[in-house]
Amino acid sequence: MSLQLDFPAVLERWPNFLGGAALTLELAAFATVFGALFGTLAAVGRGSRNSLIASACKVYVEAIRNTPLLVQIFLVYFGLASLGLKFSAFTVAVAALTINVGAYTAEIMRAGFEAIPRGQIEAAEGLALSRLQVYWHIILLPAIEKVYPALTSQFVLLMLASSVCSQISAEELTAVANYIQSDTYRAFETYIIVAVLYVILSLVMRAGFWGLGLVLFPRRRQLGTPL
Amino acid sequence: MGGHLNINHLMFLGQGALWTIALSVIAPIGGGIVGFVIALARISPLKSVRIASGVYVQLIQGTPLLVILFLGYFGLAAIGLKVSSLTAAGASLTLYVAAYLGEIWRGCIQSVPKPQWEAAEGLALSRTQRMMKVILPQAIRIATPPTVGFMVQIVKNTSLASVVGFVELMRSGQIVNNSLFEPFAIYAIIAVTYFAMCYPLSLFSQKLERRMGRGRSNLAPA
Repeated sequence: MSLQLDFPAVLERWPNFLGGAALTLELAAFATVFGALFGTLAAVGRGSRNSLIASACKVYVEAIRNTPLLVQIFLVYFGLASLGLKFSAFTVAVAALTINVGAYTAEIMRAGFEAIPRGQIEAAEGLALSRLQVYWHIILLPAIEKVYPALTSQFVLLMLASSVCSQISAEELTAVANYIQSDTYRAFETYIIVAVLYVILSLVMRAGFWGLGLVLFPRRRQLGTPL
Repeated sequence: MGGHLNINHLMFLGQGALWTIALSVIAPIGGGIVGFVIALARISPLKSVRIASGVYVQLIQGTPLLVILFLGYFGLAAIGLKVSSLTAAGASLTLYVAAYLGEIWRGCIQSVPKPQWEAAEGLALSRTQRMMKVILPQAIRIATPPTVGFMVQIVKNTSLASVVGFVELMRSGQIVNNSLFEPFAIYAIIAVTYFAMCYPLSLFSQKLERRMGRGRSNLAPA
């Protein structure tokens, strides 16, 4: 057993590592924003009175939550190609991650909707708020506030899961690592550095969401509820 | 291009599916044993043990499984051990699953009502007796639904073992695809197969959760 590590040989590629980390964050940011919107729509759709929409949303959520992301990415990648549509690997990665995180977001949001006391909705209806107003002020915003911690940890998991996009040659952090290790033959050192970078990225994201939570939900801060 | 999907291809995919199941059994067993130790370490009376296990959990939960797999695969080779891709994948998944299960189980142990701990202490049970006879039997009940739910994650995550060359369902699909080049059809079959493995587990976990919910509301003190 002789373990010889040579970090300097790998660390001199730091611009590539940083570029990969930046792209990983970019992927995560796009997928988070689109996925949050898409997932919220799916959650609303699941509670729809139209049974067709409701069951379509349910099928979507269950299909995504019970298949691996890797398979989903390949299906989107080759599916779009077989339709004759050509997109960059980055676009495909954002699309696949959006579809994926959308399903998890939908499930979390649904839990949030269910946690809204029935009496509040009745009270709002009694005050003659329109359906849209009830949805926005009484259901959606308080629900988001309730599930904010669960949502944000899902988005951090999404950032980590975006590493799988390296398999369709999106040039994010893991893809950069694969490239550097095949160039330097220093696989162990490379992946240690990348692991450290991912840990830093996830800490940065958590801190960011925590700060955002303080700004978005001042009520929570006043009540002193831990995020 | 390279012919059509025939029974041999399907047999090959079936074999891959069996390896996926094998990995999905190995990972929670290994991860469960290590995870149990992690869960106990996280609530240890020794501060250093708590901190060390907390750091372990944070590190693993802050790293993608894909990178952990590469680290296991290349890391074991770097210290001079010759390992098969099954060993590398099994070891990496064990480390990964342990961090998550440890954290889930810690939560379950801590959610056993406080008076139970106090009553056990009041009966002069030692720490080990308290754990084994009072806390753990109750914690296991609470832990069952989330653990079954996490099994779904494990089955899905074994697909990543394909990147270190382990021929499970995903990798066998890629191999078949390389000869046929019908990616959409093949990956659709793979997706359906994963779904068939995961969905029953999901349903079972939901059912357990509902049953728990009922049991708990009956037990809950006013």
